[in-house]
Amino acid sequence: MKQFKGRIIAPGTCTAEAVVTHGGFNTLASLQKALQFGDKTAKVSDQNNPDLYGKPIAGKALCLPQTIGSTTGGLVLYCACEMKRNPACMLFANKIDSLACAGSVLASVWSDTRMPVIDELGDEFLNYVKDGDKITICEDGTVTVE
Amino acid sequence: MELTKQQKAILDGEKGETLAKVMKTLVMYGEAFDATKMVEVTSEYNHLVTSFGLGVMDPVYKLMDTLLSEGVKSGQKFTVDPRPLDPNVPTTFLQNLVFKLFMYNKQDFYEDQLNKLGLLEKDAFTCTCYMSEVGNTPKEGDILSWSESSAVVYANSVLGARCNRNSGIIDIMGSIVGYVPYFGLLTDEGRKADWVVRINTTKKPEAQLLGSAIGMKVMEDVPYVVGLDKWLGDELNEEACTYLKDFGAATASNGAVGLYHIDNLTPEAKKLGKKLLKKDVKEYVIDDAELQRVYDSYPVIWKDKNAKPKLCFMGCPHMSLQQLKDWTDTIEENLKKYGNSKVQIPTVFTAAPAVIKKFRETDYFPRLQSTGIILSYICPLMFMNNPLCGKMPVITSSNKLRTYTSSRYYTDEEIVTQLCKGGL
Repeated sequence: MKQFKGRIIAPGTCTAEAVVTHGGFNTLASLQKALQFGDKTAKVSDQNNPDLYGKPIAGKALCLPQTIGSTTGGLVLYCACEMKRNPACMLFANKIDSLACAGSVLASVWSDTRMPVIDELGDEFLNYVKDGDKITICEDGTVTVE
Repeated sequence: MELTKQQKAILDGEKGETLAKVMKTLVMYGEAFDATKMVEVTSEYNHLVTSFGLGVMDPVYKLMDTLLSEGVKSGQKFTVDPRPLDPNVPTTFLQNLVFKLFMYNKQDFYEDQLNKLGLLEKDAFTCTCYMSEVGNTPKEGDILSWSESSAVVYANSVLGARCNRNSGIIDIMGSIVGYVPYFGLLTDEGRKADWVVRINTTKKPEAQLLGSAIGMKVMEDVPYVVGLDKWLGDELNEEACTYLKDFGAATASNGAVGLYHIDNLTPEAKKLGKKLLKKDVKEYVIDDAELQRVYDSYPVIWKDKNAKPKLCFMGCPHMSLQQLKDWTDTIEENLKKYGNSKVQIPTVFTAAPAVIKKFRETDYFPRLQSTGIILSYICPLMFMNNPLCGKMPVITSSNKLRTYTSSRYYTDEEIVTQLCKGGL
């Protein structure tokens, strides 16, 4: 078990199973098929992401360095939240990028879905966490991996 | 963040609850990046990324409805990314049915919303809004609230405007209140380079391949590219701008680049040169072997990897007028070389409606038509985002299209051979 402290972008508590990508999470490429074709488990459709391709991320603790790709990213994330196909939480090793931040803020201000988002957890977090680990987020932004 | 009296009044709801929520969204967005203030949007027009009326994007349309019902309008007219459908593009009966009845069944509804919010004109749909034929070309130093990764990176790098990689919805919110948070690529510090990329190739690198290599390496950092002026020259002429359009789109989609500098070519690199480099700058050297390594790393996800291509898309991002002319010449020459009169694979070239209009006025248009190539304003990416097209073996020289769809990347030269000879 190990604890990591990051910065709270969207507050909240959560317990979920980790899915981990070491490469950037391309939001549009990853979620477009899940949103368009009724996949409630949100299997990742990004062929360029060997860590996540084909894995479901809805309800999981998505551990990532940052998001990349199209500037539809934020609204795709917002739609995923509104359609309840979003990750339970998003945990960024790096400082959050502008697209993921936009998605988190849009969900926070304009949606009823609560998706805690923590960034700046550091490279050590991403090196430590593995698929299937149990992730717990406390109110103060502490992330426990076990 | 310090807000002016006027900005604070909007946040406090003096102009209504909806505008207060719009301002709250922008303030929260900025605070995550330690923005100290909001600055005025100074460009004449905005550009939005969301052009598609996908049935499942209901949350976006509901949000737009909320804005419209409160009488909220964009303070700027805007252009939008390309339409997802065009009757000129060949489709099967089933594809047509799926597109119109299932996928893009909200297209007319959404375009009506865009009109009410401030669409520049009925055909203002392209990802290359900055082209002179389209007319949404920001000035150097302009502050933008744009989205569309390829347009943002072009505006920042080639035009010297200042814009963050804003998401869809955030883009129009900046236009609605007239301000954007001051951080990242809007600041002098945020425009400094984290990487020096040295080009040591023996020939002019393929724009889309070079952009892909750099994007994958630097992710969202700012690269300063040295040695590309050897191939592009030191003037931002049409040829160089076209190259940088395709190069930038690949950096932005294969990574998350919002700004690059090309030594001795792009405006800030010309003015400031190596002063743009951060102290602890990282280095990436690109030679022929590195480009080959990147090319070989692209996965091919066709069911039958040896399938004969059924469709070829060129023009993601949309082609320039000069590109259309050059490709017409190249295709004609190579059809002659291989003894064919028409392309051997159904092929679609895409460009902005305004560019297509100009191209139609030239004698190149009937020549391109006679090769069998279809000219369209469609967004190939949106066209391909469905299971029916996903199964099709589609080829392209766009690294952006390759990234987001099942299409397979080939260099321009390989595409020419495939189209004109019928195979490699």
